[in-house]
Amino acid sequence: MTALDLSADRPARKHSLALSIGLALVGLNVAVAILTLFWTPYDPLNASGGRLEAPSLLHWVGTDRLGRDYLTQIMIGARTALIVGTGAVAIGASIGVTLGILAAFATRLLDDVMAATLDILIAFPTLLLAMLVVAASDSASLWSAILALGLAISAIVARLTRILAKRVLRQDYIIASRTSGTSWPGVVVRHVLPNIWPTLSVNFALQFGLAVIAEASLSYLGLGAPPPNASWGRLLQEAQGTVYTAPVGAIAPGIALVALVIGMNLLADGLRDVGDPTRGRSR
Amino acid sequence: MFLCKSQHCRPRASRLSDERNPTILAYILRRFAILILSLLIAAVVLFVLLRLLPGDPANALLSVGADQQQIEAAREQVGSNLPLWEQFLRFVASLARFDLGTSFVSGKPVVEEIATRLTVTVPLALLGFALAVAIAVPLGILSAVKVNRWYGAAISTVSQLGIAIPVFWVGILLVTVFAVNLRLFPSGGYPRRGWQNEGQVLYALALPVLTIGLVMAASLIRYIRSATQDVLGSDYLRTARALGASFSQALIRHGIRNGAVPIVSILGIELATTLLGAVVVERVFALPGLGSMLLLAIEQRDYPNVQGVLFISTLLVLLIGFAADLLQRVIDPRLRERATGAAT
Repeated sequence: MTALDLSADRPARKHSLALSIGLALVGLNVAVAILTLFWTPYDPLNASGGRLEAPSLLHWVGTDRLGRDYLTQIMIGARTALIVGTGAVAIGASIGVTLGILAAFATRLLDDVMAATLDILIAFPTLLLAMLVVAASDSASLWSAILALGLAISAIVARLTRILAKRVLRQDYIIASRTSGTSWPGVVVRHVLPNIWPTLSVNFALQFGLAVIAEASLSYLGLGAPPPNASWGRLLQEAQGTVYTAPVGAIAPGIALVALVIGMNLLADGLRDVGDPTRGRSR
Repeated sequence: MFLCKSQHCRPRASRLSDERNPTILAYILRRFAILILSLLIAAVVLFVLLRLLPGDPANALLSVGADQQQIEAAREQVGSNLPLWEQFLRFVASLARFDLGTSFVSGKPVVEEIATRLTVTVPLALLGFALAVAIAVPLGILSAVKVNRWYGAAISTVSQLGIAIPVFWVGILLVTVFAVNLRLFPSGGYPRRGWQNEGQVLYALALPVLTIGLVMAASLIRYIRSATQDVLGSDYLRTARALGASFSQALIRHGIRNGAVPIVSILGIELATTLLGAVVVERVFALPGLGSMLLLAIEQRDYPNVQGVLFISTLLVLLIGFAADLLQRVIDPRLRERATGAAT
């Protein structure tokens, strides 16, 4: 096992690097998203350029088949991705953590039922669920996608929270805290939530990335937000038809998407090591 | 009374004698009950979701300007005039008979159409899965054993990249390279006569299979790497080595079986994901599989088809989970007390 011993001091450096790269990528995306609120290179609906222009000084990533600037649409896509990721994780976190904590306190039978139901819900594929919810809402909008993804995330978060909270509740310091007169809600706020937060936040970061990918897939399938909202998934779907003449359009939105998701995943890795100093040694 | 909380000091429960020798048969029965229960819950979810869809399903049978009598007749035909609980009972009863109704649009039995579509989706998913396993197992083990070499790190980095890439974009990129630039494979489509023309089917499936295989391999590598690391760092492996077994002997006798347990459950999840992820891949390559059937049915508001595809895919996912759980218990008898889930 010499191979493993040699790596003993390496992970720490590698992971702090992961954290900074992750922060940089996510930060760039946030900055671009905020920038689009005030300024974009062109009006997103203004089809002033030539059709399917190659990248040039005027249009850095070229134009689409209607002559609209690609860079502008990719920048707005960054905003859409952030809204979807944040919204879905916020919904998933608030429902999931509440359910998970409740399950951890529930009686044995109720807890078993909740655990089994969560397992089944998680087995139900996110994308299919999202497709259904989007189809069920009369007009496909960004919010139906966010709601669907949020619900799917809430099941995963609830299961994780339940397991983590139960582990904390078994600790001796919980008994000590209860003996000294803390109420159960007090225990949750003072001991359970702070203890499970590091692991939860890592999971939130991962779910954020998955939500962004899922929204892109929905838009790609034509079930995403309708045209004035630019989405990387829809940009890629439109560009696929013209990939013979303008391959850049089929590549650039994908790079933006992958950069955000990798940034989020690296952030999750970095957070994990900040939150759990023992982990670096075994992995 | 019992101050020591470790397992060795705890008084043994009387039923331990049963638990120590849990038979696989008892487990199969218990797990089968859970499977049936899951199917029932899935049926409820499906039923509720489909009733949430806008509009009366009877509308699909009517032309514009239908009078009240025709509307009533159509509602009678699809059963949407019955009370909800009766609709639900009918729904479950027909699911149990594998009667999924007839399509509103084509008028053909849904089961028939699904069976045709599965001849595209199942080979696509299985071939992609096989390719992913063939890539991921050697690379995952290699990157765990050679963690300090550049290629060990490179494999990890590539797999990081792989889990961040949406599968449809990989498909588009492969089309750009292999269909547009190199002209090696078609950019999409499927031979009309299907499997009667095997060569053409395999030719049409080459890029889709590669797409699925690459994306799935990327996420599999991480799990196989981590399972290998757990095995390499385990006490039992060290003990086996201390008792005189060579590294490869210890790995074959103890490592593979222990390391396989979590991998089997991951493989089950991955296979299920692939089957469902096929929706997107089929769209990229214009393949007439289960996924494109679902998309078309949603667009056309063809409720029997939507319902049928969702039920069959949920059934397949649950069956895969069942098989994976069972296989885990065959590999590791210690797990047989537990109903579901992974070994961790």
